[in-house]
Amino acid sequence: MQFLSQVGGSVTNGLAYVGSLASLGGQAAYYTFVAPFQGKPVRFQRAVSQALDVGVRALPILSLITFFIGLILALQAAYELRRFGAISYVATAVAISMSRELGPLITAIVVIGRSGSAFAAEIGTMKVTEEIDALETMAISPVHFLVTPKFIAMAIMLPCLTIWANSMGILGGSLFGVAQADFTFTRYISASIDSLFLRDIVSGLVKSVMFGITITAVGCLEGLSTGAGAEQVGRSTTRAVVMSIFMVVLVDLVFTALFFFISEH
Amino acid sequence: MEATLTDSLETTATISVRDLRVNYGEREILHGITFDVNRGETLVILGGSGSGKSTLLRTLVGLEKPTSGQIWIKGQDIATISSSAMDEIRKKIGMSFQGGALFGSMTVGENVALPLREHTRLEESTIEIMLRLKLEQVGLQGFEYYMPSQLSGGMKKRAAVARALAMDPEILFFDEPSAGLDPIIAAGIDQLILELKQAFRMTIIVVTHELASAYLIADRMVLIDKGNIVAIGTTEEMRASTQPRVRQFLDRVAEPEVARELDYLQMLTEERRRSR
Repeated sequence: MQFLSQVGGSVTNGLAYVGSLASLGGQAAYYTFVAPFQGKPVRFQRAVSQALDVGVRALPILSLITFFIGLILALQAAYELRRFGAISYVATAVAISMSRELGPLITAIVVIGRSGSAFAAEIGTMKVTEEIDALETMAISPVHFLVTPKFIAMAIMLPCLTIWANSMGILGGSLFGVAQADFTFTRYISASIDSLFLRDIVSGLVKSVMFGITITAVGCLEGLSTGAGAEQVGRSTTRAVVMSIFMVVLVDLVFTALFFFISEH
Repeated sequence: MEATLTDSLETTATISVRDLRVNYGEREILHGITFDVNRGETLVILGGSGSGKSTLLRTLVGLEKPTSGQIWIKGQDIATISSSAMDEIRKKIGMSFQGGALFGSMTVGENVALPLREHTRLEESTIEIMLRLKLEQVGLQGFEYYMPSQLSGGMKKRAAVARALAMDPEILFFDEPSAGLDPIIAAGIDQLILELKQAFRMTIIVVTHELASAYLIADRMVLIDKGNIVAIGTTEEMRASTQPRVRQFLDRVAEPEVARELDYLQMLTEERRRSR
């Protein structure tokens, strides 16, 4: 009996958590799409500076990681493919697995580490130093002022980063292709492009937009629910990273399943 | 203007609190508080640590939701009004937080100008002038391009007061204005509060445990202990009070040490029991 009630309790908590994520996302959507028509303009300046932080500054590390991932994928695929004498399919394998799955996922994980944690720490610190309270007493909504620009920046920058990550992954694969599989560089790239359908790329990009929204929601929610004291900021940041990774994988599963059943018909 | 005229005809109380109860989770922090704040007076809310005075202040500015009771500010019960109506009230109050709560990513000037930029359609040049004026009022002229981290504790508080004054509020709240400041700087903040009171006839509510500053700035005082009002009255009435709890606080008599430890243990065990 106690076991059942514990399971029930965790399920309820989990649903409540997803509910508060959705509520935060809903408020941000209101401030993005509805409030501007009621005389509350979106803070584009803040969104742009966030986008710079989230997107442009992530490029070096993201490029390096996805280049290596592409190379690893090529090596792993070739290990199996060469037994069938099909080593020329390496380009296809890398291109498809990067743009359908690994490009969006690796990008999301890098962004969680760089920005999701930073959101939680920034908002958590503001909560501890009563800056969030100060915003509220000045009749400025923290969601409008702080959270919405982050949502906009992330929803725009994650797909951009993902496209970049896909290309860097293919570039990484080409290193193996040229060195070990008798490709020329141009033939490797054109083989990769030929193997991709638009839906492969689009499904990855749709997922990446959802990842961006998820990471922002988790990071900001953890920040806003920070308790009193500096050590709570650390806890929120840790929770933001762990919960973001979990939520991103969950969202990934849901959307991959969705695309699978859509493409069946 | 019209609203203030009718208000003053009806009543002299700017804030009326009636049987206010506030809970944190299961625990009740304030057990039915009732008092009035008159227009233009300075009310000091006194109390020890954990007495519930900060909770009272946070509830008055709408940061905590009351469990029951009413808080009438300018004729509206903020316990029940819509959030947009609450925002309208918030534009007429200013709050100075204990640590200043200045936004670390903005300059002092941007901090002070923020409410003006958010809530008014004033031109940038007008905002500049108002910003200078507010900074001058708190003695921080020339500091608009400094970051909050470059200011001392006392200057941060002054900057926070300037931000609270930005919208020309009718009611000003202070949370522990002299906490963490040396006596000379703290006296400066008290002086600033007195100047605001004399110059603008603002209604000012100050939460503090500093007796010296309370005697200096208060028209009336409220003493809160364990979530109840122990005494309320003018500064002279409080000084003359013979109530044991008031005397203990004003004469700074320590609680008997043993009793306190036992209380503490009892509190701990009770919490244990409840959380199980």
